[in-house]
Order: sequence, then structure tokens, then C-alpha cells
Amino acid sequence: MTEEILFKEKEIVIPGQVLAKGMGYVPGEGTFREEDNIIATQLGLAKVNGRLIKLVPLNGSYVPKEGDVVIGRIAEITFSNWLIDFGFSNFAAISLKDGSSDYIEKGADLTKYYDYEDYVVTKIVNVTSSNMIDLTMKGPGLRKITGGKIIEVTASKVPRMIGKQASMINLIKENTNCQIVIGQNGLVWIKGDKLADEIRATDAIMMIEENAHIEGLTEKVKEFLGGKQ
Amino acid sequence: MGVVAMNKIMNNYIKTLAKNNERMDGRKLDEFRKEIKIEYGVSAKSAAGSAKVTIGDTVVVAGIKLTIGSPFTDTPEEGALMVNVELSPPLASPDFESGPPDSYSIELARLTDRAVRESGMIDVKKLCIKEGETIWMVNIDIYPINDGGNLFDACGLVAIAAILDTRLPTLKQVEEKYEADYDNMTEERLPINEIPINLTIGKLGEHLVVDPTYEEEKAFDARLTVCITEDGQICSLQKGKDAPLTIEDLDAIISLAKSKAGKLRELFGGRQ
Amino acid sequence: MTFTRLDGRKPDELRELDAKVGIIPRADGSAMFKMGKTIAIAAVYGPKELYPKFLQDSTKGVLRCSYSMMAFSGSGGERVRPGPSRRSKEISWVTENALNSALDLSKYAKSVINVNIQLLQTDAGTRCAGICAAALALADAGIPMRDMVGAVAVGLYEGHPIVDLTKEEEDVEGAVDLAVAMLSRSKKLSLVQMDGKIEQETMKKVLKLAEGAIDKIYVVQKKALLEKYGGSGNE
Repeated sequence: MTEEILFKEKEIVIPGQVLAKGMGYVPGEGTFREEDNIIATQLGLAKVNGRLIKLVPLNGSYVPKEGDVVIGRIAEITFSNWLIDFGFSNFAAISLKDGSSDYIEKGADLTKYYDYEDYVVTKIVNVTSSNMIDLTMKGPGLRKITGGKIIEVTASKVPRMIGKQASMINLIKENTNCQIVIGQNGLVWIKGDKLADEIRATDAIMMIEENAHIEGLTEKVKEFLGGKQ
Repeated sequence: MGVVAMNKIMNNYIKTLAKNNERMDGRKLDEFRKEIKIEYGVSAKSAAGSAKVTIGDTVVVAGIKLTIGSPFTDTPEEGALMVNVELSPPLASPDFESGPPDSYSIELARLTDRAVRESGMIDVKKLCIKEGETIWMVNIDIYPINDGGNLFDACGLVAIAAILDTRLPTLKQVEEKYEADYDNMTEERLPINEIPINLTIGKLGEHLVVDPTYEEEKAFDARLTVCITEDGQICSLQKGKDAPLTIEDLDAIISLAKSKAGKLRELFGGRQ
Repeated sequence: MTFTRLDGRKPDELRELDAKVGIIPRADGSAMFKMGKTIAIAAVYGPKELYPKFLQDSTKGVLRCSYSMMAFSGSGGERVRPGPSRRSKEISWVTENALNSALDLSKYAKSVINVNIQLLQTDAGTRCAGICAAALALADAGIPMRDMVGAVAVGLYEGHPIVDLTKEEEDVEGAVDLAVAMLSRSKKLSLVQMDGKIEQETMKKVLKLAEGAIDKIYVVQKKALLEKYGGSGNE
């Protein structure tokens, strides 16, 4: 019984591509087993972790997870909650008790806190099995957004844009003097004092968007920003 | 997937920048995007004339079919012209839905139609084959491929390019009737009088902005599409969006459009 | 016994193929696929919530394809009136079937994935080029797929099995024309449609020819995907 890994490290694989042969391997995220074969279901980078073969996708829509900080738009306001559109197929909900560190009374005018079309930095506290999502505004850094601009990037590239221990995002922030918040759902908020800085920060982030998986990306970004480490 | 068009944050951002005479991508308010490209013959096998226009990442294609038909009763010695813009099934934007033409696609079509028709770009008298009976009909169909903003101007440019690219089929007379032989295209072009240029200029607060991106367009308070002929006359005018414009605004917009039209017209340079 | 096809190709020779992925930045996924003079453009929008709600599937996402020829893309002088026709509706449905065999939409309950296909220029093989473009656009959108999908027209020309028919070849008297879509790795058929009359044994020969064609299409599709996603600095 032959066992074989059929991809090279850092090789980009496409849907339907056979990644490995052998019953000893376990299909991880982004892959499935068909008889002897482990097969990729998306464009991405394949990785072996012991017996586990999984895929880091290069595209695809955001999959909400508890603990994720996301940026979303207030789409609806009811008596008891705000409904947020953050690019997923359902809206998510912020309940009264999670709306603010202040106590919000029943019957209060909710638009005074977050109005229609406002954007908020918010955190996922619960994802149910039927994809109902609860959010909270209570926590450090969670707030309504004022000023600045919002751009959209691919959700799967967000970890690269943040970097290990926030190294990448800090690199960009320091070299452009911009405030930057990157939502796990792929919305990014940028605010600087000067347009030129905001453009540089945007370009740096788009550079990662277009080159997320290549070698030496950090060097490339550093070179582009041309400044402090 | 993806959040539906940005509203508040980007609108405010764009408007605040405009107050300082600045734009998101660093352009001046009256500056067109640098990347403007025209390609001819993109559907050469099928269409009598065709073209593709790219402005930044806005891409539109157009194709022309020439058919033989009867003239309208009130213009018995003139050929016919029809311009259509198709947004269904949608390619260019999540804003477009499959289905019958909506007001946006109709507006795009009408503005482009007016530019070509009212400028007299095509010498429709020369499209008459037999007065009162037989004429050439020019059918222009425009398909936006990617909406990166300013579809108005892109549609105008692509219609012009497709017209310039068009060659006539061989005309055969079979007894009393005329027939077109599409297997034998001639080198004869459509009879052209001039090249009109459609320009859409938007108002952001007190400032006038040329060639908007997708987000800038959404932030416009008002917009005006002006068509400028070669001799500097205005042959079509249409205001869009809610905010009102003063006569001074109109005048300023027309002056701005006139100053930009010449450069755009140069894109069609060596094509005749 | 050799015979020459009208354009000089060998029986198993495809026309020139070309593909490009990501040509519509505003879409969730997009691609262009060219087979000789037939050019198809596909845009994917989704997954997004499906309305009206009664059409939703609570167990998985729904694929909705819309196929159309651009009004000027037909041969001869005729303008194709925009809007759905019986032909375009039929092609939309078979395209859905052809692609559904490969898709895993289990993550997208209650959602719809729209695939819109427009033909820029046509010379036979339009639904096949559409399917090839759509498969690329779906991969570009990150929709999970168990296999890539390729499609090609195969058939008989004067009794000889051939691959990738042009309009001229289709129109010849006695020609047989099969539109075939296959899952690229498994070679399982996800679409078979036929015009003409054919013997069973000949049919099998013709379908075998399709397998080779699908392999060649796969190479072009993979190249197009890697071109977009390879980024600078890869290879």
C-alpha cells in the first residue's frame, strides 16, 4: 500500500487536485477523502501536519467564528437589538445587554447608540448550529467607527495582514501613522491624518491581498513602506 | 458575499477629502484615471463592429449589428440607429439584477443614444439604400463587464469606438429586394460626420469631480452628463441624482466638460 | 485513413484555448474562456441570502446559472434580442446540472450562488465554453468543488469522430454534435446533449475522445488559476 504526498511545500493547489494517496492520511479543512485519495476543494496552499492534510484557502467567503472581531454595518434596528450586516448571508444581532458598557434601558432610543448605516467594530460571542450569530460591543477596542475609510479584502488573507503577534499590522501602522482595524470578515478601517498616509496604508494592505502567500512578503512590504522597522 | 455598497463611512470620507480638493486615489478633482484604453474588434467574427473600453478598472464592451430594414415614415430617407445597454444577466456589479431593463440601464442607454444621435455622428442620410423603402439599421448593444465607476462615460466611448470599427456587409440586390451578405464584409465604414464626447461630472458639496470611481459616484450629490461636439457645442444634457444645481453650476460643469472633451477625443486619433 | 477537417485540424485537435481568471474585480469570482473564436465570460455573485425565502434550501446553497448571448455575438446579420429565450433557459439549466455535480454547497444553507454567463463572440461550442468559464469563476470565488469541470463539443464529421466542432462542422449534413461536460479528474459525465443520429459503439468512441479534450482543457484552466493566484515571485 503506497502512501504519497503529491504536492510540494508552498505549491498552490486547485479544486479537485489530488493532494495525497493513502488511507493513513486524514482529510482536514478544505479537503475530502475519495477512496485512496485526499483531494483539495479550493484554491489554496496545502499543508501536512503529521497525518492531517489541510488547506489554507486563498479565497472564499468568511466563516464566522466565536471570538472573531469583525467590522459590520447597522442594517436594522428593532426594539431590543441591532442587526448587523458583516458580509455573511445572515445578519448578526447585538442585544441590548451587549450594546454598550453602559446600561441600556428597555424602550431606549437605540439609534442614539448606533444608528442605521453606522459601522461598528464588534466581536462574535456565539455562533449557533443554524448560523445565528450574536455579537457584543463590550470589550476593548469595540466601538462605533467615526471618520476614516473602509476597504474590503479577502477574509482568508486577514491573518497574514495582521501577522504573527500583530507584527505586520503594526509595521504598517507605524510606517504610515494610521489607525488600522482589520475585521476577520475582511473589512478594514483606516484613518490617518494625511491622505498620502492613508493611500500608503491602503496600498500596503492591497499588496498583502495580492501576494499573501509568497515568500519574502514581509520584506516586500517593509521595502514599500520604506521606513522604520 | 461582501457587504453591499458602502454608505456612510465612505460617503463622508469622499466628501471630506473633496473639501480639501483631494480624492481617495490621490487624483485631482478634474483628472481622469490614467489607464484609459480602447481596443477594437473584440467580437470581430460576429459583430459588424465592436470595441472594448477600459477606464481604470471599469470595463465595457459594445458590438454592432447592421441589418436591412424599412425607414420610419417621418424620415423616409434616413437610416435608423438604436442603442441598448444590457445589465442582465449581470456581470459588472452586485448592484445589477437579472431581469427586464431597470432605470439605470435605460438611462445609460438613452444618454449614449442621444450623444450619437443628436450630434449627427453618423450621416444617416447616407444609410439610405432606397428612399422610403430600404435603409441600414445600426444596432448598438453595450455590455458593462466591470463597474469600477463612470459607466456613463465608458459607454459613450465604447459606442463611438464600435461605430468607428464597423464595416458594412456587401449589399446585394435580388430582384426588387436588397439583401446583406455577411459572409463578405467590405472595407467600407459607416459614414461619420464627427466624434461626440459624453462627459459626466459630479458635484460633491461645492466641488466638481470628473471620472468618479464606484464609491465616488455613490457619494455624488448631483451629476450632469454633457455631450460636447467637435466644434464645442452641447448636443445633449442630462442631470441625475437629487441635489439641485444652479445655473452657475451648470455653466461651470459645461466649461469643465469642454476642457476635457478634446483630450478624450484624441483617443480615437488614428482610427479613421 | 486520414481525412482533413475544414480548418485543417486533426480529429482529436482542439481549437486554440485561452483562459483568464479574475477579470471582473467587482464580482466574487470571474473568468473568461476562449475556444477558437467562441468567447465566454462568467461572473459569480454569492453566496448571498436567497430571496424569495420559499426558494431557499435549508440544507445547502442553491446554484443559479444564467446564460445569454450578447446581442451582437451571433453569426450572420441577426441581432439576438436580449432577454431569456427558450434556448438560453435550457442552456442555463444544463449548465447548472453540469456544475452541480462538482460543487459542495453544504456550507451555504439558505443562500444562492449566481453564475452569469455572457458570450462575447460565438463559433459553436458556446454552452461548453460557458461551462469552462463558469467552473473557473466558481473556483475563483472560493466555492468548494470536489473536482474541476470541463466541457467540449464532440461529434461526427462525415462519419469521423471529432472534437471541438466549429459552426461550419456542426452545419454539415449528417453531422453529429454532442455537448459533453465532465468532471476533470474522475471523467464522470455531468452533461451530455446530442443532436444527430449515432450508433452506440460510435458514441462510446466519441465520448472517449472527449476525455482527452477535457484533459487539455484542464491544463488551460489550471494555468489560468495559477496565473492569478501565483502572484509575483512564484515560478
